[in-house]
Amino acid sequence: MAYALWIVLTGALVASSCGMIGCYLILRKMAMLGDAISHAILPGIVLAFLFSHQLETAYVLTGASLVGLLSTVLIQALHRRGVQSDAAIGVTFTSLFALGVVLVSHYADQVHLDLQHVLYGEIAYVPWDMVTLAGVTMPKAIWTMGTVFLITLIVIGLFYKELKLTSFDPQLAVTLGIPVSLIHYLLMALVSLNTVAAFESVGSILVVAMLVVPGATAYLLTNRLGGMLALSVAIGTAAAALGYALAAIWDVSIAGAMATVSGVLFLLAFLFSPRHGCITLRWARQMFQRSSHS
Amino acid sequence: MTRKAAADAERTVNNLESILPLVLDKNFQWVMMACVLLGISSGMIGCFALLKKYSLLGDTIAHAALPGIALAFMLTGTKSLDIFLIGAAIAGLLSATCIRLITYHTRIKQDTALAIVLSVFFGFGTVLLTKIAQSGSGNQAGLDAFLFGKAASLVSSDVWVMAIGTVILILLAGIFFKELKLLAFDPDFGRGIGWPMHILEGLLMLMLVLSVIIGLQAVGVVLMSALLIIPAAAARYWTEKLHVMLVIAAVFGAFSGFVGTIASTLAPRMPTGPLIVLTAAGLFAVSAFFAPRRGWVTQWIRKFRWRRAFGNKRPVLNEKAASQD
Repeated sequence: MAYALWIVLTGALVASSCGMIGCYLILRKMAMLGDAISHAILPGIVLAFLFSHQLETAYVLTGASLVGLLSTVLIQALHRRGVQSDAAIGVTFTSLFALGVVLVSHYADQVHLDLQHVLYGEIAYVPWDMVTLAGVTMPKAIWTMGTVFLITLIVIGLFYKELKLTSFDPQLAVTLGIPVSLIHYLLMALVSLNTVAAFESVGSILVVAMLVVPGATAYLLTNRLGGMLALSVAIGTAAAALGYALAAIWDVSIAGAMATVSGVLFLLAFLFSPRHGCITLRWARQMFQRSSHS
Repeated sequence: MTRKAAADAERTVNNLESILPLVLDKNFQWVMMACVLLGISSGMIGCFALLKKYSLLGDTIAHAALPGIALAFMLTGTKSLDIFLIGAAIAGLLSATCIRLITYHTRIKQDTALAIVLSVFFGFGTVLLTKIAQSGSGNQAGLDAFLFGKAASLVSSDVWVMAIGTVILILLAGIFFKELKLLAFDPDFGRGIGWPMHILEGLLMLMLVLSVIIGLQAVGVVLMSALLIIPAAAARYWTEKLHVMLVIAAVFGAFSGFVGTIASTLAPRMPTGPLIVLTAAGLFAVSAFFAPRRGWVTQWIRKFRWRRAFGNKRPVLNEKAASQD
C-alpha cells in the first residue's frame, strides 16, 4: 500500500509543480517552448550524470537545468537573427535531443539510462530508492520533486504580481519598470528545473503532458489566475491518482496512463465546462432559443 | 615521396578498402537509399510547413502517430508495414483534426493545443505499447522500432514504400506548385480569386502526414519532426525563391541522410536517426553563418566594411542640407 502511495505522491508532486508553472506557459503562448526545454535537457542530464555518476543529485539538477535555460537563450538568439520563432524552437530542441540520444547510446554502459527510460521514465521504481534526511525516510524522488515543488511555489508566490502582469500585459509591465526579460528567464529556469526533476519519473515527453494539460483544463474552467493555478494542482493530482489506479489495474505504463487520464479530464472540460464547454454552450443556446420562442 | 606521405597514402587506401565492402553491401545500399529519399521528401514538405508556420504541427503529427501504429497492431494482429502506416496516417489526421477543434471551439491557442494533442496522444501510445508488451513475447519489438526508427534494419520492401511515397509527394508538389505557393504566401488573395483554399490546406495537411509516415520507420516518431524543420530552415538562408528553396532543402535532406547513414555504419552502436538529425543541424549551422546575403558572418562582414568606409555616419539624402544644421 505504501508503494502505491509513494508513486501517486511523486506523480502528484510532478503534476502539481509542472501544472502551476505550465499555467504561465499557456498564458504566454509558450507551451511548445516547454516541450522544447523538456527535450533539450537530455544532453545536459547525460553530461551531468557522466560527471557526477549519480542521477538526480544537485549536480544533475543544476547542470541540466542550466542546459535547459541556455537552450532558451539559443532559441531567442536564433529568433532575433531572423529565424522564424517556431523554426527556432524546432531546430534547437530537435538537435539537442538528437545529441542527447547519441550520448545516451554512446555512454550506455556508464549511464543508467536507456532510450525508453528517456521517453517514459521509471516512476514504478521510485519507492525502491529511499533516502533518509533529518530522520525522515522517503524515496529520493519525493525529496527532489518535493523540493522543486516548494521552490516553484515560493517563486510563484514571491513574484506573483510580476508574473501575472508580464503574462497578461507585458507592455504595461515595461512601462512600470518591471524587468520583463528577467521574469521571462526566471520562468524558463523554473520550467527547466521542473522538467529535469520530473524527467526521472515521467520521462521527456510525458512531462509535457504534466506541464500543459492540467493548466489548459483549468483555463477552460475559470477566469481567474489564482483559480487557474489552484485548479491545475487539483486536476494534476487527480490525473496522477487516477492514472496510477488505471495503470495498476491494466498493468500498463504509469506515466502514460497519467498523461492519458489528464487528456480525458481535458476532454471533459472541453465538452462540459460551465463557461466554455462545447456541449454546455450548445445546450445553453438551445435553452435560450426555447425560452425566446415561448 | 616522403615516408610520412607514403604512410598516409597507405592508411587512406586501407580505410577505403574497409569502406568499400560496406558500400557494396546490398543492405547498406537499401538503408542509404531510404534515408536519402526520406531527406528529399521531408526537406521539400518542410519548406511549405515552414512558410505556413506548421513546423511544430509536424512534430505533433509525428508523435501522435504512435497510438495509431499500436492500435493498428492490436486490431489486426499483424506486423505488416502497410497496416502500421495506415494506422499512423489515421492517427496523424485525427490529431490534426483535434488541434483544429480545440483552437476553433475554445479560447485555447494553437501552441497549447499542439502540446496537449502531442503529449496526450503519445502518452496513450505508450499505454498501448506496454499493454501489447504484456500480451506476448517479442510482439513489442517491432513496434518499439517506431520510437527511434530502425534505419539499420530496413529491407527492400520498406524502401519501396518510401520511394513510392516520395515520388507521390514530388508529383503533388510539382502539379500544385502554384496553388501551394499561394497558400503559403497569400491565402487571402487565393480566396479572393475563388480558389478553394481550405481544400488546398487539407492537401498540405495530407502531404505533411504522408511525409511523416515515410520517415517513421527510418528515424522514428521522436526525431521525425527534426527532418521536417531543419533542412527547410537551413535552405531558407540561401534563397528568396520558393522553387530554389525546395530543391536546396531536398538536397540538404538527402545529404543529411547520406552522411548520417555512413556515420552510423562506421560507429556500430549508434542509432541512425539522431546522426541524420545532427548532420542536418550541422548544415543549418553552416547555412546560418555563411550563406551569402543572409548568413550572419556575411552580414557582419558587410557591416564591418560599411563601418570602415563611412565610420558611424548614417546615410543621408541631402548631405549639404544636413551639414548646414
